[in-house]
Amino acid sequence: MHVLTDNFELYVQGFLGTVQLTVYASLLALVLGFLMASFRVAPVGSFRVFGTVWVNVLRNTPLTLLFFAVLLGLPRFGVVLPFQLFAVLTLGCYTSAFICEALRSGINTVPKGQGEAARSLGMTFGQTLGTVVLPQAFRSVIPPIGSTLIALAKNSAIAGAFSVTELLGTYKPLNEMGYNIIWTFVWIAVGYLIITLSISALFNVLEKRYGVAR
Amino acid sequence: MTAHALHGDQESTALYDVPGPNALRRHFLYGIVSTVVILGLLAWILYLLFDTHQFTAAKWRPFVYEGIQELLLKGLGNTLRAFVYASVLSMVLGAVLATGRLSAHRPVRWAATLCVEFFRAMPVLVMIFFIFVALKVQPLPALVAGLTLYNGSVLAEVFRTGINSVERGQREAAYALGMRKTQVMTFVLAPQAVRAMLPAIISQLVVALKDTSLGFLITYEEFLHAGKLIASNLDYDLPFIPVVMVISPIYIGMCMLLSWFATWVARRERRSPKTKAVEVAPAEPGTVLPGR
Repeated sequence: MHVLTDNFELYVQGFLGTVQLTVYASLLALVLGFLMASFRVAPVGSFRVFGTVWVNVLRNTPLTLLFFAVLLGLPRFGVVLPFQLFAVLTLGCYTSAFICEALRSGINTVPKGQGEAARSLGMTFGQTLGTVVLPQAFRSVIPPIGSTLIALAKNSAIAGAFSVTELLGTYKPLNEMGYNIIWTFVWIAVGYLIITLSISALFNVLEKRYGVAR
Repeated sequence: MTAHALHGDQESTALYDVPGPNALRRHFLYGIVSTVVILGLLAWILYLLFDTHQFTAAKWRPFVYEGIQELLLKGLGNTLRAFVYASVLSMVLGAVLATGRLSAHRPVRWAATLCVEFFRAMPVLVMIFFIFVALKVQPLPALVAGLTLYNGSVLAEVFRTGINSVERGQREAAYALGMRKTQVMTFVLAPQAVRAMLPAIISQLVVALKDTSLGFLITYEEFLHAGKLIASNLDYDLPFIPVVMVISPIYIGMCMLLSWFATWVARRERRSPKTKAVEVAPAEPGTVLPGR
């Protein structure tokens, strides 16, 4: 117990680091994922190709390799940013591929008669998208987006191993200070459980409120 | 009907109508402009690579040395070894945990549920570090154990979903024939569930293959580790970018191959008459929210 009470500040710092990383990377992933999903359903061939390549390459890249390439590779091109920012970019881009697929399959669940009906009522593209297609797609994408964001929170631990301030990284100084290593990890585990279970709870509430009755 | 026949594969979607002549012309224009932009972007990256001297002979020379090639191959072999161990063990653990969750005895069910939920909510890297640092285990067993705990828990959920998705009539018919609980499971439910879940299982193995690269972080001598050794060699002028350019296509290629295999299996199983009483899962890793 005294591992936690003695080093409460260190733990809180790590916890907040993980939360920060998760929130920023989630926002980036949602925006990029939406963009890529719109590319993948676009009527223009080259957009579709670009979206497909983006998704297929990123989904099949080990995240460690991506971190390795971005954190150690981009500085070779003279792109020098804080590690925290690099980590957000890496996690965001990686997760955007999964978000994109979730959104795309959500859009595909909307029957095409809905869009045809909207158009025959004279709705513009924006109206069709905003008032007919997206609200229905939103209902079916809540669970997959939730589990993608949970995966993102868990993946942020990899950033910790690349010396970004983060919850998992706190084990190192504590280990050097000679604290009981098992208890150190127990409290780290508790921290991650809090984060993943609260994201899960949030999305369960969303699902209950907006989800499709199945 | 005629519109479809005229335009071949052109069909309206929920978002777009079948394009008319004006829209087609506009799309063609957009297509050309965006292709030019994308090609320009690629050219700019290529220019940057040349500009920062990534294609000099000195940086690419190490790859013709036999010792370096052997180092890379050994790393690749270690990656595949960890993958094979982890995938076999996680399937075993998944089967055990799924049996536990479907058990008729409440304490067993609770224990299995707790186990599955805990390991699914925990980052796999935390488990690997815990086993490696706190329990002082060698890198390979630590990596395999971490991957097994995580993927085993996810696979347990996949198996369980599969068993539950078999039509109720199958189970009822088997019981009506006088089969015992275990017989119903092993002869009727499990074979159909595995068939239905095969795409999801293979997709989860892709996750396991990707996660073997975490071994890099606990100094397991896998593929990425071999790359790092070459990249940090001063004799070869720190060939970091060339190393990434050699390693990533191999890694991504392996994962893509396995992903495509999952998609192929999914298509095949959907056509198979043996999956009539169960819905074949799509080829993607399990996406059930924890706590359900």
